[in-house]
Formats: sequence, structure tokens, C-alpha cells
Amino acid sequence: MTNLETYNRLFIRDLRVKEEDLSGLKYRGTRSWDSLGHMDLVADLEEAFDIHITTSDVMNISSYEKGKEVLLKYGVVI
Amino acid sequence: MNLFENESSYENRLLAENDGGGRVSYQDLNSFSEELIRRVGGKKLIFILCENTIGSLLGYLGCLKTGVVPLMLEKHINSQLLSRLMEEYCPAFLYVPEDCLAKAGECEIVWRVRGYCLCERNEFHSPSLYGELAILLTTSGSTGSPKLVRQSKDNIVANAESICSYLNIQEKERPVTTLPMNYTYGLSIINCHVRKGAAIYLTTKSIVERPFWDFVKERKVTSLGGVPYTYQLLKRIGFLEMDLPELRTLTQAGGKLPTTLHKEFAAYARETGKQFVVMYGQTEATARMGYLPADRAEERCGSMGIAIPGGRFWLRDEKGEEIKAPFVQGELVYEGDNVALGYASSRVDLKKEDEWNGILYTGDMAKRDTDGFYYITGRKKRFIKLFGNRVNLDEVERLLKEHFEGVDFACLGRDDSLIIYADTKGEEKLKEIMEYLYEITGISPRAVTIRPVTGIPKNESGKTLYSELEI
Repeated sequence: MTNLETYNRLFIRDLRVKEEDLSGLKYRGTRSWDSLGHMDLVADLEEAFDIHITTSDVMNISSYEKGKEVLLKYGVVI
Repeated sequence: MNLFENESSYENRLLAENDGGGRVSYQDLNSFSEELIRRVGGKKLIFILCENTIGSLLGYLGCLKTGVVPLMLEKHINSQLLSRLMEEYCPAFLYVPEDCLAKAGECEIVWRVRGYCLCERNEFHSPSLYGELAILLTTSGSTGSPKLVRQSKDNIVANAESICSYLNIQEKERPVTTLPMNYTYGLSIINCHVRKGAAIYLTTKSIVERPFWDFVKERKVTSLGGVPYTYQLLKRIGFLEMDLPELRTLTQAGGKLPTTLHKEFAAYARETGKQFVVMYGQTEATARMGYLPADRAEERCGSMGIAIPGGRFWLRDEKGEEIKAPFVQGELVYEGDNVALGYASSRVDLKKEDEWNGILYTGDMAKRDTDGFYYITGRKKRFIKLFGNRVNLDEVERLLKEHFEGVDFACLGRDDSLIIYADTKGEEKLKEIMEYLYEITGISPRAVTIRPVTGIPKNESGKTLYSELEI
């Protein structure tokens, strides 16, 4: 599975959205991307890519696109 | 008694400001209230769909000022559950955000104000209301249970006074909203600050969003409150390393905080010169009943403290007698002027007077140490808390049984973990159950475990034997 596929799969599963909703998706843009969904997503991204997301970056993952930028900092190219 | 009795000294002051720069003064609230009562035309029942915005705040406070009785509901309440509540209670009006108008059903918009619509319903069965009844809150909001708590103006004022005294709240405080307005704890934060003429900082953003913290810093917020889950989040997002010199008070309620987190936040507060106050409450007591004084937060870690000023705790044994000895577990009983009037299960109950007379059997089991500090040890009633919100296990069972005809269910669990035994098989079915539960109640699947079984254990009279099911 490519990094993009893994990344998308976690968004789709944790935030209960469809693949076509991913582009432009923002925090609170869907009912399930609330603080609970967010923490789930962060934990799963850490596990899937074997990284530790710092406290300040937890808040920086504010959209589908921003999340990619954050992961890049950890050497994960999506 | 009246929440606004000292108002003349602060009517020109700021009542609230939102994160978009919108502001509203106590004087604006007065104009709003006059208009509200003119349009509603007296003491009637109204449903408010709440969010942390100026429109919502004005609606709630306007009701308190004028005697209109609101049922406070979450903005995101499932429309099916909302319709059921409307059928049961027959409100004359709804007060809803513009983006939720679709949920209002058939009604006429009579006033658009601050992003909200006052909608008049064509209602012939409007309930009669007890003169002292001020507000209604749900007992288990997410399942749409029709069981409500009836609170009077005196209840609200008594609790607000007491909270102001033990937290030393003054007019200069600037609290930020971290909890919904339809939730007793969130509401009590509003009540006690309004009592002192303080300003409230309203935001719909959550603590995991950076703009929330920008708002906190820019507006020099002085206090915030949270349920146990909030504190877990605060830790994960690096709150303990943030520089927030103006923030002086952190409060916690809505369930027992894990001892490690309690310790950590208490130590943080001591090191940074803030106060961290663990509290205990229930909607049935308007909001708060107990608090652990900030200077005891570390020494009595794990305790919910002592009774609030004006209240009294005692423990009751199985025979109903008071337990005098320390470290003996019993049901926690609270006495005070903030004990609500009683429950309502249907609209005829809204004319009932005070049924509880200042005594509340909390349903929580507790013990007391030799110095009089109380520790919650368990629960008598069948409910759990999911992320601070009370969820009635029997209600969840009822919802599931109604929808999945022919499937038997048994729900149990502990805080932040709901366990559903389902007498069914198949991955698909289990997924469907999870989806339905989320759809209707918003209960997060991550807090739910569904266990398929063959047959739910029952006793001779057909009652579920929960003790035979594992948590």
C-alpha cells in the first residue's frame, strides 16, 4: 500500500467520510471530525507511519492537505 | 431571588464576545429580553437548540429574565429525537440557529435575530407550567430520553452564588466556553459569571484547534473548565508547556479524573501559580454539589472534596440511616437550595411543584475520610458517562431494541466505554448496529464495543442478569 493509500484509508475510517470528500476536508467540516475523531486520527497516523507527532503538530493537522505537510516534516512523503 | 438583581451596577458592561469580534452588552440583553417576551407573550415552553454563540446565549438569558421556560438541547440533536421531544412536550416556540431551521418542522418564523430564528408552532396542547419553573435540562441528552430535570430560578441563583463564593469569581473574570450550553456544567459557568456581571468569551472552536488558543491569548482568558476527556486532550496538545499567564483557574467536573492526571494538573497549577479545582455535580442539583479546594488538590488527590457553601453531604446505608464512621461506603446524599424541583417525564409533569424539597439521593456511592473529604467509589444507577455526558444504559437498550426488531440487547459499561451485548451474528449486522447508534445518538464508535452472543442471560421474570455479563 502506498503512503497516500494508507493516509486516505485512515481519514476515511476515523472520520467516517468517503474518498471523494477528502480533498479540501477541514477540521469540523464533517460531524465526526471533532476532537474525538481528531485524536483517533493522530494516534493512527503515528502508528501507521511509526512516528511521534509533537504536541504542537497535533493542532497543525487542521485539514486533509495540512496533514500531508505535517507528515512531510517527519520524512513521510504522501 | 434573581440572577440579575445586581444588574444596575453593570448594565453598561460587556456580556459576551465571540471569536469573530461580535460583542453584546448587558444592556443589549435587556432590549433582547423585552422583544422576546413581547413576541412569545408570556410564560410558555420553548426549545432552544444551543451552541456557543451570542444568539444562543441571548436566547437562554432572555428566557431566564422573562420567565419563558426553555428546554436546552444540543444544536446537533438528531431530528427524529427532537420530533419525539416536541410531540411529548408540545413547546409553543422553538429558538434555533438559522442553519438548523430544517429541524424545526412546521412552524412560522416570527423573529430573526443574531443568527437565530424564533419559530412559533401551531400548538394546541401547550403544557401548563409551574410558576417557579425556570428551565429544563435533559438527563441523558444523546439518547433523546424524555426524562428532564426541572430547575427553578432559586435553584440557579443559589448554585451560582455558591460557586462564585468558593471559586472567588469577580466581575473581572473572563471565562472561555469549552462546554456546551445545554450541558449543566457549561451552563453553570455562564450563570455564575453573569451573576457578577463578568464577560463570557464564546467560541464554537475546540481545544484541539489553534484558533481556539489564539482567542484565549488575545482575549486574555482567565478560566476554563473541562470534563476528564478535556484534560486528556489538554495534555496531548501540549497545554502544560503553553505560556498562558492570564489563565488563572482550571475547573474539572463531569466524571472522575484519573488520579495520574489529577496529580499532574494539580502540580502544574502549583508551579504556575494557577488554581486547579476538581468538582462534583449533577443536573439534579442544578450543577455543582462538591469541590476540592485548590490548595488541597495535591494532598487529597482522587477526592471530589467537600460540599459547596450552603450545602451538606452525608452517606446513607442500606437501611437509609446516616453512616457516621469514616471510610465506610454508602450512597451519597446532598442537601441544599440548589437541589432541583424534580423530574418530568411528560408534559403534565411541568405543572408539578417542588418534589425533592432540597434533598438529593445522588445514586453515586462514596466514602468519606477522617477529615471529611469525599471520594466517589461507584454508582447505584444504570448509567455511564461518555466523554462527560451521561448515557442511560436502559435508554440505549430501548433505542436499539426498537430499531432492530427481534434482536435482544443488553448494555453495560464503565465511563468512556459502552459495551453492548447483541443476540445476533454476522459482521454486517454488527456494523449496522454501530452505524445506527452513531447516527441517532452521536455516541462515538470508538467508545463502543459490540459483543455478539447467543441469548442474553435472564432471570425467571425475564429481567436481564447484568451481573452474568462481563464488562
